[in-house]
Amino acid sequence: MFWDRQNETLDRDSLKKLQLRLLQKTVKQVAKSPYYGALFKKEGISPDRLKGLDDIRRIPFVSKDTLREQYPYGFLAVPKEKIVRMHSSSGTTGRATVIFHTASDINEWAELIARCMYMVGVRASDVFQNMMGYGLFTGGLGFHYGAEKLGALVIPAGAGNSRRQIVLMQEFETTVIHIIPSYALHLLETFRSLGVDPRKDLKLRMAFIGAEPHTEETRRRIEAAYGMKVYNSYGLSEMNGPGVAFECQQQCGLHAWEDSYIVEVIDPETLEPVRDGDEGELVFTSLKREGMPIIRYRTRDLAHIYPDSCPCGRTHRRISRIKGRTDDMLIVKGVNMFPVQIEKTLMAIPEVGSNFQIILDKKDDNDLMTIKVEVLGSMFTGDMQHLQGLRKRIIEELRSEILVTPEVELVEPDSLPRSEGKAVRVIDNRKQWG
Amino acid sequence: MAQQVCIFAENKPGRLERITKILKEARINMRAITIATSQGFGIIKLIVNDPEKTIEVLRSKGLTAYSREVIAVLMDDQPGGLHKVAEVFARKEINVEDAYGFVVQDKKRAVMIFDVESMPEAVNILTKAGFVLLNDEELYSL
Repeated sequence: MFWDRQNETLDRDSLKKLQLRLLQKTVKQVAKSPYYGALFKKEGISPDRLKGLDDIRRIPFVSKDTLREQYPYGFLAVPKEKIVRMHSSSGTTGRATVIFHTASDINEWAELIARCMYMVGVRASDVFQNMMGYGLFTGGLGFHYGAEKLGALVIPAGAGNSRRQIVLMQEFETTVIHIIPSYALHLLETFRSLGVDPRKDLKLRMAFIGAEPHTEETRRRIEAAYGMKVYNSYGLSEMNGPGVAFECQQQCGLHAWEDSYIVEVIDPETLEPVRDGDEGELVFTSLKREGMPIIRYRTRDLAHIYPDSCPCGRTHRRISRIKGRTDDMLIVKGVNMFPVQIEKTLMAIPEVGSNFQIILDKKDDNDLMTIKVEVLGSMFTGDMQHLQGLRKRIIEELRSEILVTPEVELVEPDSLPRSEGKAVRVIDNRKQWG
Repeated sequence: MAQQVCIFAENKPGRLERITKILKEARINMRAITIATSQGFGIIKLIVNDPEKTIEVLRSKGLTAYSREVIAVLMDDQPGGLHKVAEVFARKEINVEDAYGFVVQDKKRAVMIFDVESMPEAVNILTKAGFVLLNDEELYSL
Protein backbone atom coordinates (compact mmCIF):
# COMPACT_ATOMS: atom_id res chain seq x y z
CA MET A 1 0.00 0.00 0.00
CA PHE A 2 3.06 2.26 -0.08
CA TRP A 3 4.01 4.25 -3.15
CA ASP A 4 7.32 5.02 -1.49
CA ARG A 5 7.66 2.65 1.47
CA GLN A 6 11.12 3.76 2.47
CA ASN A 7 10.24 7.43 2.81
CA GLU A 8 6.70 6.93 4.11
CA THR A 9 7.89 4.76 7.00
CA LEU A 10 11.20 6.52 7.71
CA ASP A 11 11.88 6.52 11.45
CA ARG A 12 11.43 9.88 13.19
CA ASP A 13 15.15 10.48 13.76
CA SER A 14 16.08 9.87 10.14
CA LEU A 15 13.09 11.96 9.04
CA LYS A 16 14.26 14.89 11.15
CA LYS A 17 17.81 14.58 9.82
CA LEU A 18 16.39 14.58 6.30
CA GLN A 19 14.30 17.64 7.08
CA LEU A 20 17.27 19.56 8.40
CA ARG A 21 19.35 18.75 5.35
CA LEU A 22 16.51 19.77 3.00
CA LEU A 23 15.86 22.91 5.02
CA GLN A 24 19.46 24.00 4.68
CA LYS A 25 19.26 23.31 0.96
CA THR A 26 16.03 25.32 0.74
CA VAL A 27 17.48 28.26 2.64
CA LYS A 28 20.40 28.27 0.23
CA GLN A 29 17.97 28.20 -2.70
CA VAL A 30 15.61 30.97 -1.52
CA ALA A 31 18.56 33.25 -0.88
CA LYS A 32 18.59 33.62 -4.68
CA SER A 33 15.18 35.31 -4.61
CA PRO A 34 14.90 39.12 -4.27
CA TYR A 35 12.79 38.90 -1.11
CA TYR A 36 14.80 36.34 0.84
CA GLY A 37 18.09 37.60 -0.53
CA ALA A 38 17.47 41.01 1.00
CA LEU A 39 15.96 39.56 4.19
CA PHE A 40 18.84 37.17 4.86
CA LYS A 41 21.39 39.87 4.29
CA LYS A 42 19.57 42.13 6.74
CA GLU A 43 19.01 39.47 9.40
CA GLY A 44 22.34 37.69 8.86
CA ILE A 45 20.71 34.34 8.06
CA SER A 46 22.60 31.61 6.21
CA PRO A 47 22.25 27.80 5.86
CA ASP A 48 25.19 27.00 8.14
CA ARG A 49 23.55 28.99 10.95
CA LEU A 50 20.76 26.37 10.97
CA LYS A 51 22.17 23.75 13.30
CA GLY A 52 18.89 22.14 14.28
CA LEU A 53 15.27 22.20 13.14
CA ASP A 54 14.36 24.64 15.94
CA ASP A 55 16.61 27.20 14.31
CA ILE A 56 13.93 27.61 11.67
CA ARG A 57 12.38 30.06 14.12
CA ARG A 58 15.13 32.54 13.30
CA ILE A 59 13.45 32.95 9.94
CA PRO A 60 10.41 35.27 9.88
CA PHE A 61 6.97 34.04 8.84
CA VAL A 62 5.56 34.68 5.40
CA SER A 63 1.93 35.80 5.21
CA LYS A 64 -0.39 36.19 2.25
CA ASP A 65 0.26 39.93 2.44
CA THR A 66 3.97 39.32 2.02
CA LEU A 67 3.24 37.35 -1.15
CA ARG A 68 0.96 40.12 -2.39
CA GLU A 69 3.56 42.78 -1.72
CA GLN A 70 6.18 40.74 -3.59
CA TYR A 71 3.88 39.99 -6.53
CA PRO A 72 4.83 38.84 -9.03
CA TYR A 73 8.54 37.91 -8.95
CA GLY A 74 9.76 38.78 -5.44
CA PHE A 75 9.91 35.15 -4.34
CA LEU A 76 11.26 33.67 -7.58
CA ALA A 77 14.45 31.71 -6.82
CA VAL A 78 15.38 30.60 -10.35
CA PRO A 79 15.63 32.41 -13.71
CA LYS A 80 12.17 32.86 -15.21
CA GLU A 81 13.09 30.64 -18.19
CA LYS A 82 13.31 27.66 -15.86
CA ILE A 83 9.66 28.10 -14.83
CA VAL A 84 7.19 25.87 -16.66
CA ARG A 85 3.97 26.60 -14.78
CA MET A 86 2.33 29.28 -12.69
CA HIS A 87 -0.80 29.11 -10.58
CA SER A 88 -2.55 32.19 -9.27
CA SER A 89 -5.21 33.15 -6.77
CA SER A 90 -8.21 35.29 -7.63
CA GLY A 91 -8.05 39.05 -7.34
CA THR A 92 -6.68 41.79 -9.51
CA THR A 93 -3.15 43.15 -9.30
CA GLY A 94 -2.35 44.15 -5.78
CA ARG A 95 -4.44 41.42 -4.22
CA ALA A 96 -3.44 38.39 -6.29
CA THR A 97 -0.67 35.94 -5.43
CA VAL A 98 1.24 33.69 -7.82
CA ILE A 99 3.26 30.49 -7.38
CA PHE A 100 5.89 29.38 -9.92
CA HIS A 101 6.97 25.81 -10.65
CA THR A 102 9.97 24.33 -12.43
CA ALA A 103 9.76 20.97 -14.22
CA SER A 104 11.31 19.34 -11.16
CA ASP A 105 8.69 20.98 -8.91
CA ILE A 106 5.86 19.67 -11.10
CA ASN A 107 7.35 16.21 -10.92
CA GLU A 108 7.77 16.26 -7.13
CA TRP A 109 4.22 17.49 -6.75
CA ALA A 110 2.90 14.70 -8.98
CA GLU A 111 4.90 12.20 -6.88
CA LEU A 112 3.17 13.41 -3.71
CA ILE A 113 -0.27 13.11 -5.28
CA ALA A 114 0.53 9.62 -6.59
CA ARG A 115 1.68 8.71 -3.09
CA CYS A 116 -1.64 9.96 -1.64
CA MET A 117 -3.75 8.10 -4.18
CA TYR A 118 -1.74 4.87 -3.94
CA MET A 119 -2.02 5.01 -0.16
CA VAL A 120 -5.81 4.59 -0.27
CA GLY A 121 -5.75 1.94 -2.95
CA VAL A 122 -5.84 3.62 -6.36
CA ARG A 123 -4.06 1.57 -9.03
CA ALA A 124 -3.29 1.86 -12.73
CA SER A 125 -6.44 -0.09 -13.49
CA ASP A 126 -8.61 2.63 -11.96
CA VAL A 127 -10.56 5.20 -13.91
CA PHE A 128 -10.16 8.60 -12.27
CA GLN A 129 -12.65 11.37 -12.99
CA ASN A 130 -11.16 14.70 -11.96
CA MET A 131 -14.20 16.85 -11.20
CA MET A 132 -12.25 19.79 -9.80
CA GLY A 133 -11.71 23.11 -11.55
CA TYR A 134 -8.81 23.18 -13.97
CA GLY A 135 -7.20 26.47 -15.02
CA LEU A 136 -5.41 28.68 -12.55
CA PHE A 137 -6.63 26.61 -9.63
CA THR A 138 -4.24 23.97 -8.38
CA GLY A 139 -6.92 21.40 -7.53
CA GLY A 140 -7.50 20.27 -11.11
CA LEU A 141 -4.03 20.11 -12.62
CA GLY A 142 -2.41 18.99 -9.36
CA PHE A 143 -4.42 15.80 -9.20
CA HIS A 144 -4.33 15.35 -12.94
CA TYR A 145 -0.54 15.02 -13.10
CA GLY A 146 -0.41 12.82 -10.02
CA ALA A 147 -3.08 10.44 -11.28
CA GLU A 148 -1.33 10.15 -14.65
CA LYS A 149 1.94 9.41 -12.90
CA LEU A 150 0.22 6.63 -10.97
CA GLY A 151 -1.07 5.32 -14.28
CA ALA A 152 -4.80 5.61 -13.82
CA LEU A 153 -7.05 6.53 -16.74
CA VAL A 154 -7.67 10.23 -16.16
CA ILE A 155 -10.94 11.84 -17.28
CA PRO A 156 -10.23 15.61 -17.11
CA ALA A 157 -13.90 16.44 -16.59
CA GLY A 158 -13.38 19.64 -14.60
CA ALA A 159 -16.22 21.03 -12.49
CA GLY A 160 -19.90 21.49 -13.32
CA ASN A 161 -22.02 20.11 -16.16
CA SER A 162 -23.71 17.57 -13.91
CA ARG A 163 -25.49 15.47 -16.49
CA ARG A 164 -22.32 14.98 -18.46
CA GLN A 165 -20.38 14.02 -15.33
CA ILE A 166 -22.81 11.18 -14.68
CA VAL A 167 -22.82 10.04 -18.30
CA LEU A 168 -19.00 9.92 -18.19
CA MET A 169 -19.15 7.82 -15.04
CA GLN A 170 -21.50 5.39 -16.76
CA GLU A 171 -19.75 5.21 -20.13
CA PHE A 172 -16.19 4.94 -18.83
CA GLU A 173 -16.90 3.07 -15.59
CA THR A 174 -15.29 5.65 -13.34
CA THR A 175 -14.00 4.13 -10.11
CA VAL A 176 -12.42 7.14 -8.37
CA ILE A 177 -13.50 10.80 -8.29
CA HIS A 178 -11.99 14.06 -7.01
CA ILE A 179 -14.69 16.56 -6.08
CA ILE A 180 -15.69 19.28 -3.62
CA PRO A 181 -18.03 17.88 -0.96
CA SER A 182 -20.94 20.26 -1.62
CA TYR A 183 -20.91 19.32 -5.30
CA ALA A 184 -20.91 15.62 -4.41
CA LEU A 185 -24.11 16.18 -2.46
CA HIS A 186 -25.62 18.44 -5.11
CA LEU A 187 -25.05 15.75 -7.76
CA LEU A 188 -27.42 13.41 -5.94
CA GLU A 189 -30.31 15.49 -7.32
CA THR A 190 -29.08 14.94 -10.86
CA PHE A 191 -28.69 11.22 -10.17
CA ARG A 192 -32.29 11.14 -8.98
CA SER A 193 -33.59 13.01 -12.02
CA LEU A 194 -31.74 10.61 -14.34
CA GLY A 195 -32.96 7.57 -12.45
CA VAL A 196 -29.40 6.45 -11.70
CA ASP A 197 -28.50 4.97 -8.30
CA PRO A 198 -24.79 5.62 -7.69
CA ARG A 199 -24.65 2.75 -5.23
CA LYS A 200 -25.91 0.16 -7.72
CA ASP A 201 -25.56 1.49 -11.25
CA LEU A 202 -21.96 2.76 -11.17
CA LYS A 203 -18.50 1.37 -10.45
CA LEU A 204 -17.45 4.12 -8.01
CA ARG A 205 -15.29 2.85 -5.16
CA MET A 206 -13.81 6.02 -3.70
CA ALA A 207 -13.77 9.81 -3.70
CA PHE A 208 -11.30 12.48 -2.58
CA ILE A 209 -12.86 15.63 -1.18
CA GLY A 210 -11.23 18.95 -0.37
CA ALA A 211 -10.96 22.66 -1.18
CA GLU A 212 -13.76 23.63 1.18
CA PRO A 213 -14.36 23.08 4.88
CA HIS A 214 -16.72 20.23 5.71
CA THR A 215 -17.77 18.19 8.71
CA GLU A 216 -17.22 14.51 9.48
CA GLU A 217 -20.97 14.15 9.15
CA THR A 218 -20.85 15.43 5.56
CA ARG A 219 -18.15 12.90 4.68
CA ARG A 220 -20.23 10.05 6.09
CA ARG A 221 -23.30 11.29 4.22
CA ILE A 222 -21.44 11.17 0.93
CA GLU A 223 -20.10 7.70 1.74
CA ALA A 224 -23.58 6.42 2.47
CA ALA A 225 -25.21 8.07 -0.54
CA TYR A 226 -22.64 6.76 -3.02
CA GLY A 227 -21.66 3.50 -1.36
CA MET A 228 -17.95 4.33 -1.52
CA LYS A 229 -15.04 5.39 0.68
CA VAL A 230 -14.44 9.14 0.91
CA TYR A 231 -11.03 10.54 1.86
CA ASN A 232 -10.18 14.04 3.01
CA SER A 233 -7.53 15.90 1.00
CA TYR A 234 -5.68 19.04 2.15
CA GLY A 235 -3.40 21.45 0.39
CA LEU A 236 -2.71 25.07 -0.45
CA SER A 237 -1.27 26.60 -3.59
CA GLU A 238 1.59 28.15 -1.63
CA MET A 239 2.74 24.60 -0.89
CA ASN A 240 1.94 23.34 -4.44
CA GLY A 241 -1.76 22.69 -4.08
CA PRO A 242 -3.39 19.39 -3.11
CA GLY A 243 -1.06 16.70 -1.86
CA VAL A 244 0.20 18.42 1.29
CA ALA A 245 -1.80 16.13 3.59
CA PHE A 246 -4.11 13.21 2.90
CA GLU A 247 -6.05 10.61 4.86
CA CYS A 248 -4.94 7.00 4.91
CA GLN A 249 -7.45 4.18 5.03
CA GLN A 250 -7.87 4.72 8.78
CA GLN A 251 -9.72 7.97 7.97
CA CYS A 252 -8.51 9.48 11.20
CA GLY A 253 -6.41 12.53 10.46
CA LEU A 254 -4.46 13.49 7.35
CA HIS A 255 -0.78 12.49 6.98
CA ALA A 256 1.24 15.62 6.24
CA TRP A 257 4.27 14.59 4.17
CA GLU A 258 7.14 15.56 6.40
CA ASP A 259 9.82 14.66 3.88
CA SER A 260 8.39 17.45 1.71
CA TYR A 261 7.18 19.93 4.33
CA ILE A 262 8.05 21.13 7.79
CA VAL A 263 4.82 21.54 9.75
CA GLU A 264 4.56 23.94 12.66
CA VAL A 265 1.50 24.73 14.75
CA ILE A 266 1.54 28.19 16.30
CA ASP A 267 -0.63 30.31 18.54
CA PRO A 268 -2.00 32.91 16.10
CA GLU A 269 -1.76 35.65 18.74
CA THR A 270 1.65 35.03 20.33
CA LEU A 271 3.17 33.30 17.24
CA GLU A 272 4.82 30.79 19.58
CA PRO A 273 4.58 27.04 18.97
CA VAL A 274 1.69 25.38 20.81
CA ARG A 275 2.10 22.29 22.99
CA ASP A 276 2.12 18.96 21.19
CA GLY A 277 -1.40 18.06 20.13
CA ASP A 278 -2.93 21.48 20.89
CA GLU A 279 -4.91 23.39 18.29
CA GLY A 280 -3.26 26.29 16.52
CA GLU A 281 -2.49 27.81 13.14
CA LEU A 282 -0.73 25.56 10.63
CA VAL A 283 2.54 26.90 9.25
CA PHE A 284 4.31 25.11 6.38
CA THR A 285 7.81 25.22 4.91
CA SER A 286 8.41 23.61 1.52
CA LEU A 287 11.43 21.30 1.40
CA LYS A 288 11.50 19.98 -2.14
CA ARG A 289 10.66 23.05 -4.25
CA GLU A 290 13.25 24.97 -6.21
CA GLY A 291 11.31 27.49 -8.32
CA MET A 292 9.65 29.36 -5.50
CA PRO A 293 10.22 27.71 -2.13
CA ILE A 294 8.47 29.37 0.81
CA ILE A 295 9.62 29.17 4.41
CA ARG A 296 7.16 29.32 7.34
CA TYR A 297 4.01 30.22 5.44
CA ARG A 298 1.12 31.09 7.74
CA THR A 299 -1.89 29.26 6.36
CA ARG A 300 -4.49 30.86 8.71
CA ASP A 301 -5.98 27.37 8.96
CA LEU A 302 -6.68 26.12 12.48
CA ALA A 303 -5.99 22.48 13.27
CA HIS A 304 -4.04 20.22 15.62
CA ILE A 305 -1.51 17.44 15.13
CA TYR A 306 -2.31 13.93 16.36
CA PRO A 307 0.51 13.21 18.80
CA ASP A 308 0.27 9.41 18.59
CA SER A 309 1.35 7.09 15.78
CA CYS A 310 -0.99 5.80 13.09
CA PRO A 311 -1.86 2.10 12.73
CA CYS A 312 -1.12 2.32 9.00
CA GLY A 313 2.60 2.40 9.80
CA ARG A 314 3.40 5.76 8.25
CA THR A 315 5.64 7.88 10.43
CA HIS A 316 4.57 11.23 8.96
CA ARG A 317 2.30 12.87 11.53
CA ARG A 318 -1.36 13.50 10.95
CA ILE A 319 -3.13 16.85 11.05
CA SER A 320 -6.77 17.05 12.03
CA ARG A 321 -9.63 18.29 9.90
CA ILE A 322 -9.41 22.10 9.58
CA LYS A 323 -11.39 23.70 12.42
CA GLY A 324 -11.59 27.27 11.19
CA ARG A 325 -9.66 30.29 9.93
CA THR A 326 -7.84 33.04 11.78
CA ASP A 327 -8.66 35.62 9.13
CA ASP A 328 -11.80 36.65 7.28
CA MET A 329 -11.18 34.57 4.19
CA LEU A 330 -14.33 32.96 2.79
CA ILE A 331 -14.59 29.73 0.90
CA VAL A 332 -17.59 29.64 -1.42
CA LYS A 333 -18.15 26.68 -3.74
CA GLY A 334 -14.55 25.69 -3.09
CA VAL A 335 -13.19 29.10 -4.12
CA ASN A 336 -11.22 31.35 -1.74
CA MET A 337 -12.04 35.04 -1.48
CA PHE A 338 -11.83 37.96 0.88
CA PRO A 339 -14.67 40.39 1.76
CA VAL A 340 -12.37 43.28 0.88
CA GLN A 341 -12.36 42.13 -2.75
CA ILE A 342 -16.14 42.50 -2.83
CA GLU A 343 -15.94 45.87 -1.11
CA LYS A 344 -13.36 47.16 -3.56
CA THR A 345 -15.42 46.03 -6.56
CA LEU A 346 -18.65 47.57 -5.27
CA MET A 347 -17.07 50.89 -4.35
CA ALA A 348 -15.83 51.26 -7.92
CA ILE A 349 -19.45 51.32 -9.20
CA PRO A 350 -20.83 54.88 -8.83
CA GLU A 351 -24.49 53.93 -8.38
CA VAL A 352 -23.71 51.78 -5.38
CA GLY A 353 -24.05 53.19 -1.88
CA SER A 354 -21.45 52.57 0.77
CA ASN A 355 -23.21 49.79 2.60
CA PHE A 356 -23.39 46.15 1.56
CA GLN A 357 -23.74 42.74 3.14
CA ILE A 358 -22.57 39.27 2.19
CA ILE A 359 -24.97 36.52 3.18
CA LEU A 360 -23.92 32.92 2.88
CA ASP A 361 -26.44 30.11 3.06
CA LYS A 362 -26.59 26.45 2.26
CA LYS A 363 -29.37 25.66 -0.17
CA ASP A 364 -29.76 21.93 -0.93
CA ASP A 365 -26.15 21.35 0.12
CA ASN A 366 -24.94 24.12 -2.21
CA ASP A 367 -23.26 27.32 -1.16
CA LEU A 368 -25.47 30.28 -1.95
CA MET A 369 -23.88 33.71 -1.81
CA THR A 370 -26.20 36.72 -1.79
CA ILE A 371 -24.79 40.21 -1.78
CA LYS A 372 -27.18 42.93 -0.68
CA VAL A 373 -26.20 46.27 -2.13
CA GLU A 374 -27.69 49.60 -1.11
CA VAL A 375 -28.65 51.71 -4.09
CA LEU A 376 -27.39 55.28 -3.95
CA GLY A 377 -30.51 57.46 -3.68
CA SER A 378 -29.06 60.28 -5.70
CA MET A 379 -28.41 57.92 -8.62
CA PHE A 380 -31.99 56.70 -8.87
CA THR A 381 -33.79 58.00 -11.96
CA GLY A 382 -36.89 55.82 -11.88
CA ASP A 383 -35.71 53.83 -14.88
CA MET A 384 -36.38 50.10 -14.49
CA GLN A 385 -34.00 49.07 -17.26
CA HIS A 386 -31.26 51.11 -15.72
CA LEU A 387 -31.66 49.33 -12.39
CA GLN A 388 -31.76 45.92 -14.05
CA GLY A 389 -28.66 46.82 -15.99
CA LEU A 390 -26.97 48.00 -12.80
CA ARG A 391 -27.71 44.75 -11.05
CA LYS A 392 -26.35 42.79 -13.99
CA ARG A 393 -23.22 44.92 -14.05
CA ILE A 394 -22.63 44.39 -10.34
CA ILE A 395 -22.90 40.62 -10.81
CA GLU A 396 -20.47 40.71 -13.75
CA GLU A 397 -17.89 42.86 -11.95
CA LEU A 398 -18.03 40.65 -8.87
CA ARG A 399 -17.82 37.45 -10.86
CA SER A 400 -14.78 38.78 -12.64
CA GLU A 401 -13.06 39.55 -9.32
CA ILE A 402 -13.98 36.62 -7.08
CA LEU A 403 -14.55 33.98 -9.80
CA VAL A 404 -17.89 32.91 -8.34
CA THR A 405 -21.28 34.22 -9.53
CA PRO A 406 -23.23 35.69 -6.61
CA GLU A 407 -26.90 36.58 -6.29
CA VAL A 408 -27.26 40.34 -6.01
CA GLU A 409 -30.17 42.09 -4.34
CA LEU A 410 -30.61 45.82 -4.70
CA VAL A 411 -31.92 47.23 -1.43
CA GLU A 412 -33.12 50.61 -0.27
CA PRO A 413 -30.55 53.11 1.01
CA ASP A 414 -29.98 52.93 4.77
CA SER A 415 -31.88 49.65 5.03
CA LEU A 416 -28.90 47.48 5.95
CA PRO A 417 -27.97 47.39 9.63
CA ARG A 418 -25.22 49.72 10.64
CA SER A 419 -22.89 48.93 13.51
CA GLU A 420 -21.01 51.12 15.91
CA GLY A 421 -17.60 49.59 15.43
CA LYS A 422 -16.35 47.46 12.57
CA ALA A 423 -19.00 46.84 9.93
CA VAL A 424 -20.41 43.33 10.01
CA ARG A 425 -20.10 42.55 6.35
CA VAL A 426 -20.46 38.80 6.35
CA ILE A 427 -23.34 36.74 7.69
CA ASP A 428 -22.40 33.10 7.30
CA ASN A 429 -25.38 30.84 8.01
CA ARG A 430 -23.64 27.69 6.82
CA LYS A 431 -22.30 25.37 9.46
CA GLN A 432 -19.17 24.32 7.65
CA TRP A 433 -16.37 23.78 10.07
CA GLY A 434 -15.74 20.33 11.50
CA MET B 1 -45.01 67.84 -19.71
CA ALA B 2 -46.21 66.16 -16.55
CA GLN B 3 -44.18 64.91 -13.61
CA GLN B 4 -44.35 61.33 -12.45
CA VAL B 5 -43.06 60.40 -9.02
CA CYS B 6 -40.95 57.21 -9.00
CA ILE B 7 -40.10 55.41 -5.78
CA PHE B 8 -37.53 52.63 -5.43
CA ALA B 9 -38.71 49.89 -3.07
CA GLU B 10 -37.71 46.36 -2.18
CA ASN B 11 -40.30 43.81 -3.17
CA LYS B 12 -41.44 43.14 0.42
CA PRO B 13 -44.76 43.39 2.25
CA GLY B 14 -45.34 46.72 3.95
CA ARG B 15 -43.71 48.96 1.42
CA LEU B 16 -46.93 50.19 -0.13
CA GLU B 17 -48.47 50.71 3.31
CA ARG B 18 -45.54 52.84 4.38
CA ILE B 19 -45.64 55.00 1.27
CA THR B 20 -49.38 55.54 1.25
CA LYS B 21 -49.28 56.42 4.95
CA ILE B 22 -46.72 59.14 4.27
CA LEU B 23 -48.85 60.50 1.43
CA LYS B 24 -51.98 60.39 3.57
CA GLU B 25 -50.31 62.36 6.35
CA ALA B 26 -49.06 64.92 3.86
CA ARG B 27 -52.55 65.12 2.41
CA ILE B 28 -51.35 64.23 -1.07
CA ASN B 29 -53.99 63.10 -3.55
CA MET B 30 -53.13 60.38 -6.00
CA ARG B 31 -54.47 60.25 -9.57
CA ALA B 32 -52.83 57.04 -10.66
CA ILE B 33 -50.43 54.41 -9.42
CA THR B 34 -48.63 51.55 -11.08
CA ILE B 35 -45.94 49.20 -9.86
CA ALA B 36 -43.27 47.38 -11.84
CA THR B 37 -41.15 44.73 -10.15
CA SER B 38 -38.03 42.90 -11.18
CA GLN B 39 -35.50 40.71 -9.40
CA GLY B 40 -36.44 41.53 -5.85
CA PHE B 41 -37.03 45.24 -6.20
CA GLY B 42 -39.73 47.44 -7.67
CA ILE B 43 -40.43 50.92 -8.87
CA ILE B 44 -43.70 52.51 -7.79
CA LYS B 45 -44.92 55.21 -10.13
CA LEU B 46 -47.42 57.82 -9.05
CA ILE B 47 -49.32 60.67 -10.61
CA VAL B 48 -50.06 63.02 -7.70
CA ASN B 49 -51.56 66.44 -7.27
CA ASP B 50 -48.28 67.94 -5.99
CA PRO B 51 -45.25 66.08 -7.31
CA GLU B 52 -42.69 68.45 -5.77
CA LYS B 53 -44.13 68.21 -2.28
CA THR B 54 -44.45 64.45 -2.65
CA ILE B 55 -40.77 64.04 -3.52
CA GLU B 56 -39.78 66.27 -0.62
CA VAL B 57 -41.90 64.46 1.91
CA LEU B 58 -40.85 60.98 0.73
CA ARG B 59 -37.16 61.86 0.78
CA SER B 60 -37.45 63.36 4.24
CA LYS B 61 -38.74 59.98 5.43
CA GLY B 62 -35.71 58.24 3.94
CA LEU B 63 -37.31 56.94 0.78
CA THR B 64 -35.61 56.97 -2.59
CA ALA B 65 -37.87 59.11 -4.76
CA TYR B 66 -37.29 60.78 -8.09
CA SER B 67 -39.36 62.93 -10.36
CA ARG B 68 -39.50 61.92 -14.01
CA GLU B 69 -40.99 63.76 -16.97
CA VAL B 70 -43.77 61.94 -18.77
CA ILE B 71 -46.33 62.78 -21.44
CA ALA B 72 -49.99 63.00 -20.34
CA VAL B 73 -52.35 62.75 -23.28
CA LEU B 74 -56.02 63.63 -23.01
CA MET B 75 -58.32 61.08 -24.67
CA ASP B 76 -62.00 60.39 -25.10
CA ASP B 77 -63.24 57.69 -22.78
CA GLN B 78 -64.77 55.88 -25.75
CA PRO B 79 -63.87 52.70 -27.62
CA GLY B 80 -61.04 53.67 -29.94
CA GLY B 81 -59.86 56.54 -27.77
CA LEU B 82 -56.45 55.02 -27.15
CA HIS B 83 -56.17 53.62 -30.64
CA LYS B 84 -56.09 57.16 -32.04
CA VAL B 85 -52.91 57.84 -30.08
CA ALA B 86 -51.35 54.46 -30.67
CA GLU B 87 -51.85 54.88 -34.40
CA VAL B 88 -49.76 58.04 -34.40
CA PHE B 89 -46.99 56.34 -32.42
CA ALA B 90 -46.91 53.46 -34.86
CA ARG B 91 -46.88 55.67 -37.92
CA LYS B 92 -44.13 57.88 -36.57
CA GLU B 93 -42.23 54.92 -35.12
CA ILE B 94 -42.16 56.24 -31.58
CA ASN B 95 -41.13 53.56 -29.11
CA VAL B 96 -43.06 53.45 -25.84
CA GLU B 97 -41.01 52.47 -22.76
CA ASP B 98 -43.90 52.55 -20.32
CA ALA B 99 -47.58 53.51 -20.35
CA TYR B 100 -50.64 53.42 -18.15
CA GLY B 101 -54.00 55.10 -18.19
CA PHE B 102 -56.87 56.23 -15.99
CA VAL B 103 -60.36 57.65 -16.41
CA VAL B 104 -61.01 61.16 -15.13
CA GLN B 105 -64.60 61.63 -16.25
CA ASP B 106 -66.59 58.52 -16.83
CA LYS B 107 -67.51 58.02 -20.48
CA LYS B 108 -66.11 61.47 -21.25
CA ARG B 109 -62.40 61.85 -20.59
CA ALA B 110 -59.37 59.71 -19.84
CA VAL B 111 -55.66 60.32 -19.54
CA MET B 112 -52.84 58.15 -20.87
CA ILE B 113 -49.37 58.53 -19.38
CA PHE B 114 -46.48 57.73 -21.72
CA ASP B 115 -42.79 57.33 -21.01
CA VAL B 116 -40.98 57.39 -24.34
CA GLU B 117 -37.40 57.28 -25.49
CA SER B 118 -37.34 60.67 -27.08
CA MET B 119 -39.63 63.06 -25.20
CA PRO B 120 -39.27 66.30 -27.19
CA GLU B 121 -39.78 64.48 -30.48
CA ALA B 122 -42.91 62.71 -29.20
CA VAL B 123 -44.37 65.95 -27.77
CA ASN B 124 -43.86 67.61 -31.12
CA ILE B 125 -45.49 64.78 -33.07
CA LEU B 126 -48.49 64.49 -30.77
CA THR B 127 -49.13 68.22 -30.68
CA LYS B 128 -48.95 68.44 -34.46
CA ALA B 129 -51.39 65.55 -34.71
CA GLY B 130 -53.85 67.58 -32.68
CA PHE B 131 -53.69 65.87 -29.31
CA VAL B 132 -53.99 67.79 -26.04
CA LEU B 133 -51.03 67.23 -23.74
CA LEU B 134 -51.56 68.14 -20.12
CA ASN B 135 -49.12 69.68 -17.70
CA ASP B 136 -49.27 69.13 -13.95
CA GLU B 137 -51.74 71.93 -13.24
CA GLU B 138 -54.05 70.84 -15.99
CA LEU B 139 -53.87 67.22 -14.89
CA TYR B 140 -55.23 68.27 -11.53
CA SER B 141 -57.84 70.68 -12.64
CA LEU B 142 -59.73 68.04 -14.59
